Amino acid sequence: MSARAFALRAAALLLLVLFVTAPGLFAFAFRPLTVNGAPAIYNQGSLLALTLSHLRIVVLATLASTILAVGLGIFVTRPSGAEFLPLSRSLVNIGQTFPPIAVLAIAVPLVGFGEKPTFIALFLYGLLPIFENTLTGLMDVSPQTLEAAKGMGLNPRQRLMQVELPLALPVILAGIRLSVIISLGTATIGSTVAAKGLGEVIIAGLQSNNVAFVLQGGLVVALLAVLIHDGMGLAERAVARRLGRPVDEVA
Amino acid sequence: MNTISSRTTAPGMSSLRPSLSLALSLDRLGSVVAVLIGVALFACPFVIYRANRIVAGEGRMLTDALPPPGVLIVLIAALGVASCAALVRNPLIRLAAASVGLGVIFPAVGWSAGFVTPAGNTFARVSPSLGFWLLALSFALLAADALTRLRLGPWARIAAMAAAAGAVALLLVSGAWNDLSLLKEYANRQDIFWREAGQHLWLALGSMTAACLVGLPLGILAHRVRPLRTAILQVLNIVQTIPSIALFGILIAPLGYLSAHVPLAAALGIHGIGAAPAFIALFLYSLLPVVANTVTGLNQVPAAVSDAARGMGLSARQRLCQVDLPLALPVILAGIRIVLVQNLGLATVAALIGGGGFGTFVFQGIGQTAIDLVLLGAIPTVALSFVAAITLDAIVDLTRRGS
Repeated sequence: MSARAFALRAAALLLLVLFVTAPGLFAFAFRPLTVNGAPAIYNQGSLLALTLSHLRIVVLATLASTILAVGLGIFVTRPSGAEFLPLSRSLVNIGQTFPPIAVLAIAVPLVGFGEKPTFIALFLYGLLPIFENTLTGLMDVSPQTLEAAKGMGLNPRQRLMQVELPLALPVILAGIRLSVIISLGTATIGSTVAAKGLGEVIIAGLQSNNVAFVLQGGLVVALLAVLIHDGMGLAERAVARRLGRPVDEVA
Repeated sequence: MNTISSRTTAPGMSSLRPSLSLALSLDRLGSVVAVLIGVALFACPFVIYRANRIVAGEGRMLTDALPPPGVLIVLIAALGVASCAALVRNPLIRLAAASVGLGVIFPAVGWSAGFVTPAGNTFARVSPSLGFWLLALSFALLAADALTRLRLGPWARIAAMAAAAGAVALLLVSGAWNDLSLLKEYANRQDIFWREAGQHLWLALGSMTAACLVGLPLGILAHRVRPLRTAILQVLNIVQTIPSIALFGILIAPLGYLSAHVPLAAALGIHGIGAAPAFIALFLYSLLPVVANTVTGLNQVPAAVSDAARGMGLSARQRLCQVDLPLALPVILAGIRIVLVQNLGLATVAALIGGGGFGTFVFQGIGQTAIDLVLLGAIPTVALSFVAAITLDAIVDLTRRGS
């Protein structure tokens, strides 16, 4: 990473942390957007708390979908699950035509308002990219490599843990990153169903016609998403480099 | 999201080649489907009855949901599909069975709504319940599996989709579903529904067209000027990362300023809140797949082909229009497919900032906890994305085959 890229990332991170911990410092920038003396900085709760609960639900949901999706991906690429492979691929393709908001909206009448429907939507939708990439990663392992592993006397379990999964890891990580980014967005919309998160700031701004709220909510969410996307991309490249593989510049 | 379909088959799949014989061993996927059908028939309510549109409902098991002949028809059809799923491996027979199953339960749920609603009661609402959805899911799973194994060509896929769409349209037009709660929600909002449908399509297709008009030249430029390529793709990549509602929010402030201070902008209907920020955001999201795929597609044109074209004396412009772009077309179209499906879904969120579209019903429905209203917005959105994905996948396959 060049010094300039590092400085840019550090500056963005510092800006984000400063904004959510001490938003009052930035009031001057948002004051011109308010009318009739409306507050310039979100005052119905701490931005830090909202950010943390936003991140918490995304992390929990992604963890849950990673465990299930990677497990399913491993299952359908083993001989015992091969019968489910063609169908599961079509399902992933079909599932991704569903907008995440539709999943969220349908979950509400079933489980009520709050964190639950958001978690369900994040979990279900998050499965798709991770599952798809687990499949791609595992199936891209070359047959020669597998033969070599077999020749070395590794049993199927060892082949999976020591050869296939490590080789598929960069692709799986890319799927997890995509899933996290989609979840960050869906969790923002989750605020319309009363899940605690940064969407509250935007919704509050829309309801009270306060553009300052809308803008700062949007900026915090955007900065958070870009930084997380970037950070996970760095991790992926580090893993791929350890495997001695070139990675696309723009993944 | 790389959902470009038509991948090659996995190694070790030869054992799954369709066989015409009845297999003695149980098919595992088929057995799962059969169990699902059993659970749906005997352990779940078929429809749900509510005294009005927002109170909690009571489930009606299949036996109470239809008159005896109807119960018998549904039972025979569902059990037939279940045994077919468990015992027969031929995908054509499975597809036929699943289609018959769907062809029975879809009209049946409409019939059931008329049967369960007390005569003359206009407040009562009947909606499909878990049992119906599980049956539909298991039949659809079986059909999807059979279709995947048949590996239909592009025309056959479009024909299958058209047949399904025609059947649904027939049910809607014939009035067989008119007693269902979903259709009652529709009947109450007929005018608004079509207005929002138009708005949804305008947002999704309009922003896609704009993105193609800008993205194609931008992609060609990025392909030629290497330093520009990285910069453009990186910026677009960052835009793609920003969640939709956040991007809407970021655009509202400058657009609001514009409409307040530039009379022309206001006269053009540009406001901080409304369709304008949604349209611009969708346009920005659409640029990455169009530009990135144009660059990839042009990169894939073999150098030998370009050289030959040059040797034939084609000008730079002729080479681009007659050689490079036609060869890159399948990849560019795959990018447009991603854009269209993505936009149709994201346009739902536009309703949050007053941009209209099917999201209007979704968010109203969430507010009123009226699931049928949510579905009135969600089902058309999903159906549109689905049709768009199948159609464009088929077109991509056709262009690939042609080149």
